[in-house]
Amino acid sequence: MSKLAELKSRVSYQGLLLGGFALLASGLLGLADYNTRDDIKLRMEEDLRASLTQVIPQALYDNNLLADTTYVDATGENLGSDQTLVYLARKQGKISAVSFRLVAPDGYSGAINLIMGIDKEGNVLGVRVLAHAETPGLGDKIEENKSNWILSFNKRSLDNMTKKQWAVKKDGGEFDQFSGATITPRAIVHAVYRGLEFFKRHQVELLAS
Amino acid sequence: MSALVETIKKISKDGIWNNNVVLGQNLALCPLLAVTGTATNGLGMGLATLVVLVCSNAVVSLNRHIISAEVRIPIFVLLIATLVTLVDMSMNAWMHEMHKVLGLFIPLIVTNCAILGRAESYASRQPIHYSIWDGAMMGLGFTLVLVVLGAAREITSAGTLFANATLLLGDSFAFLELHLIPDYQGFLLMALPPGGFIMLGFIIAAKRIVDRKMAVKHAVLAPVV
Repeated sequence: MSKLAELKSRVSYQGLLLGGFALLASGLLGLADYNTRDDIKLRMEEDLRASLTQVIPQALYDNNLLADTTYVDATGENLGSDQTLVYLARKQGKISAVSFRLVAPDGYSGAINLIMGIDKEGNVLGVRVLAHAETPGLGDKIEENKSNWILSFNKRSLDNMTKKQWAVKKDGGEFDQFSGATITPRAIVHAVYRGLEFFKRHQVELLAS
Repeated sequence: MSALVETIKKISKDGIWNNNVVLGQNLALCPLLAVTGTATNGLGMGLATLVVLVCSNAVVSLNRHIISAEVRIPIFVLLIATLVTLVDMSMNAWMHEMHKVLGLFIPLIVTNCAILGRAESYASRQPIHYSIWDGAMMGLGFTLVLVVLGAAREITSAGTLFANATLLLGDSFAFLELHLIPDYQGFLLMALPPGGFIMLGFIIAAKRIVDRKMAVKHAVLAPVV
């Protein structure tokens, strides 16, 4: 014990101790990451499949959505990535709807990851939140299992609403905000609008693929 | 009564009431106010914190002889952050449904100074079995306050109690979800952070009153004994 006490008073002991624990921590984290990576990826895929069936009705397709995809250039569209992976829903070979992920970067606590489905005419089939860090109890009403707010996008399009209507009520638009949380719904409304614009720009090209 | 039982009893009393993380030490207010909008969220945050607190107390206590006083704080922080990340990753992989609900709260645990506080003031000086029990009791006390505060804020702000509890606990707990005040217009202030401070003030005041009453009772009884 006294030998340990003597060791502890040395400067080199502090450095080594700190280094040792840092090494231990990074080793543990690396090991955990290695062991959980595949499982997490699998779970994410299951979630994605579940979300896809929520934003595109099952009746609209008979193909495997996860396998039938195409990359579309989305540089400058502010969708969260320059290459957007579009999931194609086909019924008897013909495209009936598309779905893609997009990001609302301006949420209250960072980016909100979304997925949306659009039918071939450009109407919203559904929007769902995949991941977010909004305030529990306030901003998390964007989740479908906590509130039906996210369903208010269904059947909306760029044609049946003006650009001014694509906003929360506080900004003079059509969509409800939550009491105490305006930033979150506003971010999502804007993101969905960008998603529809993106689809419109690439409609011909997507429907032909 | 043996010393072991005495100590365990004292730890339990301290953790749940006398030295409660929130009511006694006034710690952990950041995660507390952030998530107690509803009783369900409070419960989720409390349980997640309890797990991390038990683990961190155990690890710190195990290593207490080799950790030197000069660098103990960075080591505790490192250990706690590692534990939280490990819990986050393994829950995401193997308890995915639960992670979807609690995932929001887990990163917030890192901001909980009460965990560092227990490592510093208890686990770094006490043997492992006491430290684990201390973590469990402090976590339990924290959970209780979160649930009470969440319930009080939820009832006053939305008129419901344990809304969405089934997401956290499963469908068999649907009976917990109550709608106490029908057609309630809602009182937004209570859902926002100021409402949390106000309600917390009431709860701390209530604890002080109870403590004083008990002290008076003891004082009256003392001469008799």
